[in-house]
Amino acid sequence: MSAILNVEGITKRFGGLQALTKVTFDLPEGQILGLIGPNGAGKTTLFNVINGIYSPEEGRVHFRGKDITGHKPYHLSRMGLARTHQIVRPLNGLTVRENVTAGACFGRENQKLGRAVQIADEVLEFIGLAERAEQLASSLNVAQKKRLEMARALASRPYLLLLDEVLAGLNSSEIDGMIAIVRKIRDQGVTIIMIEHVMKAVMNISDRIIVLDYGQQIAEGTPQQVAADTRVIEAYLGDPKLAERLMKEE
Amino acid sequence: MKNWLNPGLWFTLLLIALLGIWPILGQNAAAREVIFTVLLSVVFASSLNILLGYTGYVSFGHIVFYGLGGYIGMFLIERYNVSLWIATLAGGAAAALLAFLLGKAILRLRGAYFALATIGINEAMRAFVNNFAPFGGPTGIELKFQVYKAYGGAAQALWLTYYTIFALAILVVLVSFFIKQSKFGLSLMAIREDEDTAEVMGVVTPNAKTWAYVLSAILPGMVGVLFFFKNGNVEPGDAFRLHFSIENLVMVMLGGQGTVLGPVLGAVGYQRLRGFLLTNPVFKNIQLSVAGALLLLIVLFIPAGAVGWLRNRLPRLRKVLP
Repeated sequence: MSAILNVEGITKRFGGLQALTKVTFDLPEGQILGLIGPNGAGKTTLFNVINGIYSPEEGRVHFRGKDITGHKPYHLSRMGLARTHQIVRPLNGLTVRENVTAGACFGRENQKLGRAVQIADEVLEFIGLAERAEQLASSLNVAQKKRLEMARALASRPYLLLLDEVLAGLNSSEIDGMIAIVRKIRDQGVTIIMIEHVMKAVMNISDRIIVLDYGQQIAEGTPQQVAADTRVIEAYLGDPKLAERLMKEE
Repeated sequence: MKNWLNPGLWFTLLLIALLGIWPILGQNAAAREVIFTVLLSVVFASSLNILLGYTGYVSFGHIVFYGLGGYIGMFLIERYNVSLWIATLAGGAAAALLAFLLGKAILRLRGAYFALATIGINEAMRAFVNNFAPFGGPTGIELKFQVYKAYGGAAQALWLTYYTIFALAILVVLVSFFIKQSKFGLSLMAIREDEDTAEVMGVVTPNAKTWAYVLSAILPGMVGVLFFFKNGNVEPGDAFRLHFSIENLVMVMLGGQGTVLGPVLGAVGYQRLRGFLLTNPVFKNIQLSVAGALLLLIVLFIPAGAVGWLRNRLPRLRKVLP
């Protein structure tokens, strides 16, 4: 298995704040990588660097063998990289179908509008939003908006999908539904990195996990290895009750 | 091409056709002057809508394209005796070129900063033309009466400009409609809703915005030529009147930004209102304050404009009213 993504020594600073320090990992194709860590650990910043929103001060990112450091997000989308946002960002004034159509239009396959609408309908069917296609995106509830974000990302037919807390704010049955969807996406051959605080889910679904703390990569390995790592327990899992409480507050 | 069957498109075209044919049927010169102004506003407001309504960028200084187009056209007619058609195309091309160059520079700005920059550009252009000798400086360019002979005399020339603006009004509706139904239109609306998300989704935002700006500038550049050709002269104060720009914003907002029918309705409605105000002894001197108050009321109470309001009230209309 070859690596679809190589992240080498990524360092990102915001003024005096060291958001990421020499983050390095390779991601084999077809895997699900879980990215965990306390709030403010730099997880979303890492997504923003991979995704081209920020350029790193140091380090390179290679995607499918090409150096993509500093590429614009729209170039990366064409190359097959898609993401969802932690705080959902639907195109509120457009319908659900139009949102997903836009994903297909401007994504990797750069589809014509007519075909993009077909793809949008297929993806909406898959994700379970088909009956809402005509509604304005603003009229959806949070769980539906999360699905919409997924649908939009999927419609671009990405090779690599970055999922930023798609489970946050969902109730347990919605979480189960979402996990099933993530599994299905992986089974279609899409590589996934997911940032997640819902430990049960991330431990279950990930092939590998990376733990960030204060921008440092403090552990990497299978879910079992990570869960047993003393530094991880100290930094993050340490007090499971506290973690649970934090999750509920979100 | 089932798009062609859209009833909203046909309704809009019919509205313009009825308006436009009225003076022609009676060969009524007074009506022609009224409708000329209305159609000019239709073209201007619908063009502005591509940027304002579809892309979500507010341009206060859109009049700069009208003024520049007018100047380029008049200069070519007066100095090189080119035909009105070539001058009109040249006016559109000059506006497009300016928009392209400006777009590369100021479309990086967002929100209020972009709006302010557009005002600055208009004022800078006015100051430049005011001091630019080939364009006649502060006195501008005046056409000699013989120019109109080529078109069968002044009276014929006036009808000719009228037919042309009628055609451009039809064209602007078709352009607005087909942009809105296209992939390009979808990219503009994605930018309007959330520019950062649009980028992440793969919309090449700098290009899309620049093209939207260029497309919204061409027809105002062309109608500038027609208007000043009809007028016989062009001066910096007339060509770059900022308040004309703002009145056009009111029209777009009034009718419904982002819709095809909205700017047309807004232009017709606003010009009727303006005609009433200008002839009313109470309002004739404060006509612009009424426009300002109107804008305030729209923004406060019906930000989506008339057509937008209807679409929100009756979701079924979303399909019918593009």
